[in-house]
Amino acid sequence: MRKCSFAALRAAFPHTIPVLTGFTFLGLAYGILLAAHGFGPLWALATSLFVFAGSMQYFALGLLALPFDPVSVFLLTLTVNARHLFYGISMLEPLRSLKKPHPYLIFAMCDETFSLYCSAKEPEGVDREAFLLWIAALNQFYWVAASTAGGLIGSVLTFNTAGFDFVLTALFVVIFLGQWRDRPHRIPALAGLGSTTLCLMLFGAQDFLIPAMGLILMVLLLLRRPLEVQRKGEEAS
Amino acid sequence: MTALSSLQMAAFIAVMAAATVITRFLPFWIFPANRRIPGAVLYLGRVLPYAVSALLVVYCLKGVSIAAPPHGIPEAVSVLLIVILHGWKNNTLLSIAGGSFCYVFLIQTVFH
Repeated sequence: MRKCSFAALRAAFPHTIPVLTGFTFLGLAYGILLAAHGFGPLWALATSLFVFAGSMQYFALGLLALPFDPVSVFLLTLTVNARHLFYGISMLEPLRSLKKPHPYLIFAMCDETFSLYCSAKEPEGVDREAFLLWIAALNQFYWVAASTAGGLIGSVLTFNTAGFDFVLTALFVVIFLGQWRDRPHRIPALAGLGSTTLCLMLFGAQDFLIPAMGLILMVLLLLRRPLEVQRKGEEAS
Repeated sequence: MTALSSLQMAAFIAVMAAATVITRFLPFWIFPANRRIPGAVLYLGRVLPYAVSALLVVYCLKGVSIAAPPHGIPEAVSVLLIVILHGWKNNTLLSIAGGSFCYVFLIQTVFH
């Protein structure tokens, strides 16, 4: 790669340390669970390399014991990963500042990488694109390595894996809490919580995800005017 | 308990990969660099990530039943522990690991 200098790697690495610790834990648990379903380390490696969408990989575990239905796998993946559309929309403007963003930046944009794209700033003299590419590549490397290692461990040892999938819930709770600190964004967070809970009660656990996403879009668009006014007020003060 | 053959598993991964690529690239296909992004889309890009994390938390907890034992107690205790740990140390790994170990312990020993 043209600009992926060592300086950019050195600048990127410290930002990825929290992801390294989180992915080690989540990836190991994923590899162990996948092995418990009869698919060893090479399958964990392939999934983490080509799909690289942790939450979907966890959801997919639940489908492995069912007959394979490509259409519903496809639709479920679109649904679970629909939040990536939102990330993409958020990154349209920032990535436009790069002349021709490398496709890998978008391919590898998982939740954690997206949040680092938003928050991490490269030091003076380091190329922005190279810096972001290293963040994305390091994060995926951690995920692939940890899930493969989990697959190895899980093929050798047998665990009682009951409750392991709570790792995913814990991850999202922590992301939610981190965002909750960001006071101006509590209203969209509450809109998401309220809309989803309402749809869960109305449509039941099987069918609520798509209506919930529709309702969230509607509520947020209705709130656009007051929220934009509030934001402008905060920027001015 | 393997229900899928290797070939089916490979197809399973390919389908997930294709759908994931679509969700990640679609906004960039719809709005190439020379096309103006509407204000509503930019606004959604700013607020949606916050709403979506809430959606994912609810999605993860969708299977919890308050009516049937264990009445969502393991989930409630573990989520509460995460909230306390995170408010106290603000360390992502500590919060995730603490909550998960608590849940696995409750599920495997107290409520199994």
